[in-house]
Amino acid sequence: MRFWSKVLTITWKDTLSEMRTKEILSSVLVFALLVIVTFNFAFVASQEAIRLVAPGILWVTFAFAGVLSLSRAFLPEKEQGCLEGLLSCPISREVIYVGKMLSSLLFMLIIEAIALPIFAFLFNLSVLSPQLITITFLTTVGFASVGTLFSALAVNTRAREMVLPILFLPIVVPLIISAVKASGLVLSGESWGGLSSWLRIIGAFDIIFLVASYLVFAFVIEE
Amino acid sequence: MRRNVLFWLSLVLMMAALYLVFVYVPTEKEMGIVQRIFYLMVPVGWLSLLSFLIIFIASIFYLTKREIKWDNLGYSAAEVGIVFTTLTLVVGSIWAKPVWGVWWTWEPRLTSTLVLWLIYLAYFIVRAFATEESRGATFAAVVGIIGFIDIPIVALATTLWRGMHPAPIIFKGGLAPPMLFTLLVSLTAFTVFYFLLLRQRVSLREAEVEIKRLKKLGD
Repeated sequence: MRFWSKVLTITWKDTLSEMRTKEILSSVLVFALLVIVTFNFAFVASQEAIRLVAPGILWVTFAFAGVLSLSRAFLPEKEQGCLEGLLSCPISREVIYVGKMLSSLLFMLIIEAIALPIFAFLFNLSVLSPQLITITFLTTVGFASVGTLFSALAVNTRAREMVLPILFLPIVVPLIISAVKASGLVLSGESWGGLSSWLRIIGAFDIIFLVASYLVFAFVIEE
Repeated sequence: MRRNVLFWLSLVLMMAALYLVFVYVPTEKEMGIVQRIFYLMVPVGWLSLLSFLIIFIASIFYLTKREIKWDNLGYSAAEVGIVFTTLTLVVGSIWAKPVWGVWWTWEPRLTSTLVLWLIYLAYFIVRAFATEESRGATFAAVVGIIGFIDIPIVALATTLWRGMHPAPIIFKGGLAPPMLFTLLVSLTAFTVFYFLLLRQRVSLREAEVEIKRLKKLGD
């Protein structure tokens, strides 16, 4: 089998098991909704003020929801001993990384695709522009790239749920800054030109960390 | 022997740097006496970055060669480095108060240093939470590599984020020659002192590892 067909087999396996259990999608969606609603109480404000804090609310929600869904990426494998099976497959560790990364990315994108319209509806904002969708997609790729690496690392430590956010959040600071700034510009009606420097940072982050995580993943997972 | 040389060299240089900072260098016109903090702030800031560079290199060697000495170096650099990063934050705050009127400002350099400090913490936390020591060393090395790659992107993003903030005067124009000289001596003094500390910490760490090994042998 070639590289990509092996990768897609792993992604398909995760998708299938998620379709049967709906563990990640259901719990993380409810969580994301709760975060948005809680923020609404934290910032009871006028429509203009909402416009200012909305990008922050959106990206805090997505970052936390991302941590939650990423923490589940390797947990079921570890708990049910599937990780050993996966490691003893005649595939390279890199295939596991890319396969897992794609499935995490897919779940996060589905969650965001549902949460974004709800967010727009609750805060009375029109956010569904191609610019915002591009920002969301690229930032989520960045989340999934380092997130998958750290998720595999965290699952092999004693305090799994605590280690992931401690590792993940400082590393994604540039993504959060860029996504919040770019989303804010979109909400104030900026066109593509004004976003380019932010999109470039997000794009650079994605490429650099996809490559770096791909290279070091094998060290994290080995038994 | 070499440690003695480092010790005396750093002592002499430190004394020279103190003399230059407090007696020789003229007081800066606009900021006044507080500007002298600058000769401490730049060296500690530089060393917090240098330390992470050493962690990065040690981490790469540890992952590829699997020799404990690289982990000892990385761990020691991280411990000395987090001290200097903490100092950078403290000194930066003391600088911010008279210059900008607040203890903390989300100025790009301060913000990047804070993120760097958090990555240093993550480096220690994965080690502490690992199930076995060798595994902790591997995980820490991964954090060391990913964290180091992240630093320039953090710096870029925070600079762009606070683009409207006026850049501090010193970094805009050139420095007056006596100021530059003082800064260079201070930088050298602190860098020599850093390597003295690092050497001490590495040999201490090696002793720790050896004791642990002997203890295990005794059990």
